[in-house]
Amino acid sequence: MEQTMATTSMAKTVMVPAQATKQTLKPKLRAEGIDMAFTRDGTSVPVLENVKLEVHEGEFVCLLGPSGCGKSTLLNVIAGFLSPTHGQVLIDGEAVRGPDPRRIFVFQERGVFPWLTVEGNIGFGLFKLSKKERAERIAHYITLVGLQGFEKAYPQELSGGMKQRLEVARALAVNPDMLFLDEPFGALDSITRLIMRRELLRIWEAERKTIIFVTHDIEEAVQLSDRVVVMSARPAKIQRVVEIDIAHPRDISSSRYLELRDGIFEQIGLAHKV
Amino acid sequence: MKLNVRLRPIGFVAALLVMWHVAAKHQATPILPGPLAVAEGIAELAQRGLLLKYIVASLFRVTWGFATAAILAIPLGLAIGWYRRSEMALNPLIQIFRPISPLAWIPISILWFGVGDLAAIFLIFLASFLPLTVTAMNAVAGIPPVTVRAGRNFGLSQPQLVYRVLYPAVAPQLIIGLRITLGIAWLVVVAAEMIAVNSGLGFLIVDARNAGNRYDLVVAGMVMIGVIGLLLDIGMRSMENVKSLRWGYSED
Repeated sequence: MEQTMATTSMAKTVMVPAQATKQTLKPKLRAEGIDMAFTRDGTSVPVLENVKLEVHEGEFVCLLGPSGCGKSTLLNVIAGFLSPTHGQVLIDGEAVRGPDPRRIFVFQERGVFPWLTVEGNIGFGLFKLSKKERAERIAHYITLVGLQGFEKAYPQELSGGMKQRLEVARALAVNPDMLFLDEPFGALDSITRLIMRRELLRIWEAERKTIIFVTHDIEEAVQLSDRVVVMSARPAKIQRVVEIDIAHPRDISSSRYLELRDGIFEQIGLAHKV
Repeated sequence: MKLNVRLRPIGFVAALLVMWHVAAKHQATPILPGPLAVAEGIAELAQRGLLLKYIVASLFRVTWGFATAAILAIPLGLAIGWYRRSEMALNPLIQIFRPISPLAWIPISILWFGVGDLAAIFLIFLASFLPLTVTAMNAVAGIPPVTVRAGRNFGLSQPQLVYRVLYPAVAPQLIIGLRITLGIAWLVVVAAEMIAVNSGLGFLIVDARNAGNRYDLVVAGMVMIGVIGLLLDIGMRSMENVKSLRWGYSED
């Protein structure tokens, strides 16, 4: 935890002047020319091709693309779970070398630990805190994600949406600067998914984490994010970055919303009609 | 309703006992003692102080052989499963040793340890070691990658990762493996005692036959082996009801 404080404040005080000559807002994250290839049956299959991306502090960015295009691979590279074949990811000016508790990855609901209760899961990353602080944190995040009354429940006893909220709470509890969400609501029913989007926006507005959110759902991307990064099919390249300049809460029948959404539909090559 | 369900196996066993009794009574040439004779045999053993002594002797050997195997095989299997390369290196060796029946080791174990407890314990150790190693290896291989990634994400050191993620993630599988292996160990102790020692339930069976064809005592020994095996299994199964383990057994 102390280390987190030290590096972030250093990033603000030391790194900014060094970059200030450029007169641009310093990005929280910068991916530089990421190439990624997997070897399958002896042949090399390219998954990511020359991906360049900048994400600013506090920004909510969606990576949007068809299933299997490599957007999850990109997120895993950003999170440090995979090393790219070429290129590097810089966060606060430091190259990413592995996973880090300052940046928490939220998987689909399978990411919660089934052998721990709700409390145990949320407290999982808090082993450096005192018992009292830990209990306070756990209580705070249980309330934030609305799991009161389920403190002693095991994930098995929770619904899909509750498990997902639990995983988000576990991630937030360690107070990370960034959250990486990999199609977190993909396995939920459509009603729960809508509720979860609203919850996530509420939490994001309260905590202002930098969020990178992977999805294949165009509506989801336009509803949630500040910018939508549209990726092509494999090998994934960034096709276009769409700025969503609508204030929250967003009116999803407003003309601007529809215009942006349809623009992305066209970009992906899907006509507006079914 | 619930009581009814619980009584069902007891009723079934009772019916079998009655059938056994009737069949034994009507056999033309005595090829199997009836249940009453066997019960008398058990009572006789208890009176002579042999029943408890033999049960304790057998359990003592199983406990030592099984516990030693578990202490060594589980960490080994977890390590092999965790480091995939060591699995590739060691798996052929394991697969060569696995089909060799523990009983095939009887001559060697007597050669190494002489006739006595140590030889029997060694056989039980051998019988338990590889199944437990393989269980632990497979349990590690079965951990979803997401679980390990989630653990690593929170900045756990390697020992913490083992203790807080690896171990709880494999615990349900390990307990199943321990239960099955304990059954194997209990099978082997009887065979070991028939050859290597002069106490225990296996010895009782051989001894009762050799010393005067006391088939009532032979079957008494068999019944005791079965009953104790059942109790061991019930004991191991009760661990599967622990709340933090139960996720591993549900099929949702």
